[in-house]
Amino acid sequence: MPTVSMTVNGKKVSGEVEGRTLLVQFLRENLHLTGTHVGCDTSQCGACVVHVNGDSMKSCTLLAVQAEGAEVTTIEGLADGDTLHPMQEAFRDNHGLQCGFCTPGMVMSAVDLVKKNPKASEHEIREWLEGNICRCTGYHNIVKSIQQAQQTM
Amino acid sequence: MYDFAYHKPSSVSDAVAARSGAEDGTYVAGGMTLVPTLKQRLAQPSDLIDLGSVSELKGITVSGDTVTIGAMTTHATVANSADVQSVIPALAALAGMIGDPQVRNRGTIGGSVANNDPAADYPAACLALGAIIKTDKREIAADDFFTGMFETALEDGEMIVSVSFPKPQKASYQKFINPASRYALVGVFAAQTGGGARVAVTGAGQDGVFRVPEMESALGANWSPEAVAGVSVDAGTLNADIHASAEYRAHLITVMAKRAVAAAS
Amino acid sequence: MPEGGTGIGAAVKRVEDKRFLTGRGNYTDDINRPNQTYAYILRSPHAHASINGVDTAAATAAPGVLAVFTGADMETGGLPCGWQVHSKDGSPMHEPVHPPLAKGKVRHVGDPVAVVIAETYAQAKDAAERIVVDYATLPAVVGMNDALSGTTLVHDEIGTNLCYDWEIGDEAQIDEAFAKAHHVTEIDIVNNRLIPNAMEPRAAVGEYDRATDEYTLFTTSQNPHVIRLLMGAFVLSIPEHKLRVVAPDVGGGFGSKIYHYAEEAIVTWAAPRVGRPIKWTAERSESFISDAHGRDHISKAKMAMDSEGKFLALKVETKANMGAYLSTFAPCVPTYLYATLLAGVYSTPLIYCNVKAVFTNTVPVDAYRGAGRPEATYLLERLVAKCAREMGMSQTDIRRANFIPSDAFPYQTPVALQYDSGNYTATLDKAEAAHDVAGFAARKAESEAKGMRRGIGYSTYLEACGIAPSAVVGSLGARAGLYESAEVRVHPTGSVTIFTGSHSHGQGHETTFAQLVSERLGLPMDNIEISHGDTNKVQFGMGTYGSRSLAVGGEAIMKAMDKVVNKAKKIAAHIMEASESDIEFKDGTFTVAGTDRSMAFGEVALAAYVPHNFPHDELEPGLDEKAFYDPLNFTFPGGCHICEVEVDPDTGKVRIDRMTAVDDVGRVINPMIVEGQIHGGLAQGIGQALQEGCVYDEDGQLVTGSYMDYSMPRAEDLPSFSAGTEITLCAHNSLGVKGCGEVGAIGSPPAVINAVVDALWDLGVRDMPMPATSQTVWRAIRAAAPAAAAE
Repeated sequence: MPTVSMTVNGKKVSGEVEGRTLLVQFLRENLHLTGTHVGCDTSQCGACVVHVNGDSMKSCTLLAVQAEGAEVTTIEGLADGDTLHPMQEAFRDNHGLQCGFCTPGMVMSAVDLVKKNPKASEHEIREWLEGNICRCTGYHNIVKSIQQAQQTM
Repeated sequence: MYDFAYHKPSSVSDAVAARSGAEDGTYVAGGMTLVPTLKQRLAQPSDLIDLGSVSELKGITVSGDTVTIGAMTTHATVANSADVQSVIPALAALAGMIGDPQVRNRGTIGGSVANNDPAADYPAACLALGAIIKTDKREIAADDFFTGMFETALEDGEMIVSVSFPKPQKASYQKFINPASRYALVGVFAAQTGGGARVAVTGAGQDGVFRVPEMESALGANWSPEAVAGVSVDAGTLNADIHASAEYRAHLITVMAKRAVAAAS
Repeated sequence: MPEGGTGIGAAVKRVEDKRFLTGRGNYTDDINRPNQTYAYILRSPHAHASINGVDTAAATAAPGVLAVFTGADMETGGLPCGWQVHSKDGSPMHEPVHPPLAKGKVRHVGDPVAVVIAETYAQAKDAAERIVVDYATLPAVVGMNDALSGTTLVHDEIGTNLCYDWEIGDEAQIDEAFAKAHHVTEIDIVNNRLIPNAMEPRAAVGEYDRATDEYTLFTTSQNPHVIRLLMGAFVLSIPEHKLRVVAPDVGGGFGSKIYHYAEEAIVTWAAPRVGRPIKWTAERSESFISDAHGRDHISKAKMAMDSEGKFLALKVETKANMGAYLSTFAPCVPTYLYATLLAGVYSTPLIYCNVKAVFTNTVPVDAYRGAGRPEATYLLERLVAKCAREMGMSQTDIRRANFIPSDAFPYQTPVALQYDSGNYTATLDKAEAAHDVAGFAARKAESEAKGMRRGIGYSTYLEACGIAPSAVVGSLGARAGLYESAEVRVHPTGSVTIFTGSHSHGQGHETTFAQLVSERLGLPMDNIEISHGDTNKVQFGMGTYGSRSLAVGGEAIMKAMDKVVNKAKKIAAHIMEASESDIEFKDGTFTVAGTDRSMAFGEVALAAYVPHNFPHDELEPGLDEKAFYDPLNFTFPGGCHICEVEVDPDTGKVRIDRMTAVDDVGRVINPMIVEGQIHGGLAQGIGQALQEGCVYDEDGQLVTGSYMDYSMPRAEDLPSFSAGTEITLCAHNSLGVKGCGEVGAIGSPPAVINAVVDALWDLGVRDMPMPATSQTVWRAIRAAAPAAAAE
């Protein structure tokens, strides 16, 4: 079995995986980082979004071995100790989450958006979220959350 | 997913060697189509040859009026490239419409073109712009490259190295999305090029991407939305599914062609 | 602290968010038990087939496999149905056996056939490919009309595909009213089948402790106690004191996680047989073919009116798809949650409804956000819109002319329900103002200048929730009363744990319920813990569905808190040597009236647990009270939704430009959460109206079996919403609350479709099915063009 090594949330980690092991499985099962979720099997829902080398990606559509040597950030690595990341704080302030299942992917995707397009319009925010499905909020408060984070990030 | 042997070569030659040494190997570029396919157990390759570390396959160069994009260049890179935006803005815009941001951060032009998904966006750009697809063995004109749904002129083991796009005088890609998959239900790339007007359609054809000669000649005579308004594609050659009948797709092709011509810049 | 403190009415930020935002939620698939194994369920690829044999030998021998079980191995009870409906001739509904693993026959694509348990999930799935099932395929019956007219039977032993043939009202009397009517408006309505798609796929972990003979099931459920009762008593014969069911953080339900599912029983049953814990987690494509679907009605309706457009009588005939088996709540959805809502907000004096429930070779259908009420609302509000057109009245005039007046409450409808409160004119007025209906004409002109069509649509709706008064639901066929329970455990230092039988899977109970406690007991939020979802902690619970958590579960908490305060007063009186009747409790302090003697809540709590001289016959130590609350009536939220759409006539694409909702949800505890619930409901209602539709082909294969074909609303598909409230208080509960979880999904679909029809009216379009996808709209425009040209 291949061994894979990467940096996850600032820590060097490695583990034995099968070639077919997905990054999300490695995170959830090997590293017990269960904040990253799996909501579909067609790479559409975005509950599994993490950052790989600074870009948001779907960890369900990436083999663990493809992330060899990468810097991975998951939802668990976003806050600074007990201080929430401004995007997390914005979601809390604006009720941008309900059941919380899509939330980790939604937040990681939103952080990537604000980093790359800090002045995104509402329309651009909604377009960016195409790869993140939320069934609870109707997105209204997610959009508001991201708009707040545009000011605070 | 079935298991497989995994290889991560760092050069084109090593990749080709790994591929030829495999019983039933496949290259993986961004994996945005391949990984979901494997997850659904719809394919069972013996070996996966990951091109992610082949740095010579990445990057965008502009030489004269030609934009050359390395096969492993991501959609996001193309969409955000100042060079592409300035030389062929329609191509940058198209790259920015592929999939979702996470797909664009990972998916590559080489992967998209090699896969030739009938609803993929890049094949329309290749065909409408008259791109040249360079492989490890040869150069293939886009007109000769896309040979049918998920079929290309690539031989077994042949790898795309880059895709070169000549700058058009004006061009635009208009995409009408499938509301579920967000792939193109119909996408029309219209371009006015040195070799005349070219119109390519994705998402609709039974044999994948195709050109519309009637629209091209109409536009050759008169580059205007009105010129294509009366031209319709025979629905008999188009796909039908729950999202769009062949008739609806035929209708949308004309509508999107009009809009592409109107928006071309 | 937010404005208004942390009590009732304050927009308190959610207590649960921190864990969800930092990836520390604890969902079922996040739970890993020591020595855990993994289950993969092999499902039927056929809609209808006999099973002649299942060869599991190769799978059993595959790497990592611990066991393979089929229906022949699993000698348990069937999955039970919780409601019994009687046909109009008095006979009970047909109730087929529903084995957790199929026996002899499979009846829908996705019907479980075998389970493979292995060291890893991948091994279990690999091995399942080695199972050889000898199927003899049978013709499938997919459509309800075919099911009623054809010869193919889903359940041979029943001899018919008609589950029941139910009615409410007096048909002869109604027909007489129609004969005398000035005008009759008729409509054919299809309420499209939906797939719920909570973002967390269902999962279950079963565990057995050989030392204590105790079973534990972790499951994605909206009501763990109900699962314990149904699975323990009816399926696996496990006594409840040996069965613990835990529903931890659950990632959305929308109804689909109410029901007792086969996989729960399978992992629990198999756990002692493999001697290790077993985890099963659905892949999304499994969810599509195993989670109960929603809606799926075909109806004919007609309204009799006088010359002023006053409604005289309504007659409805509905066929409702049950799917292949009866899911837990299924029979009540198209009857007691549907036909009883057909009065809506209107004073229609006579109503008759006939419902035929039909078995088909499809996934079972059950309650999905709104359950029956969206179907009733859609039918009624589409019909009313058509009535207005035919009577030459405006969409608002016809509604105002028929509203139940605000002084008519309590109002007895002709279909069993008695409404307690409401003000339908006020919600309509407020919605029209919020929407800027006055500016519609100008906006329409702007759209037309761009070549677009613009339309506006209304829905003035009502629903019954707060399910439910036990006596009423019992008389309607529920096999259990639907009260709720609560326990308020005051700890010696004065902090409080609330144990509630409600379950939060996104609704924010940990915040809203804590606000009730903060208000009543005067405690800071940090001193309050809301515990739910574990049958070993919570005494009992009927769970969360039907917008019942606050109106029923919240009331149970209030009742238990009353008991706590009463006992605390006794203790305070004893310690302060005063008369109990002189003790006042306010803002967390017990005071002897007219004196400066007082005790803080925490002091009384400590005294309760460290007593030295309590009078034994009058005062027990401790401060821990329980209550069961059984509501007197349903609650009746209502409101007005106005939708404005812009339609691109060239492509048929519909864009919602404005969506306004003004809802009467009763008293609001946390306005931020209420608004969020309404937003989510609106999104699901709009999804039903414009995007979502479950499609089976004629062989019973699910065509919309993944997100590639089932269109889930994305952010860019939806507008920002205008959501407001116009409150009348519920008249029969202490909080005055009604419920907000379903209103958005109930009220919005007809507003959207009425708007689309309005936008295209001038093009000759007169009807529009759901979902109004671009193709559907384009076809309607094309079909109408000749008629419009002729006009």
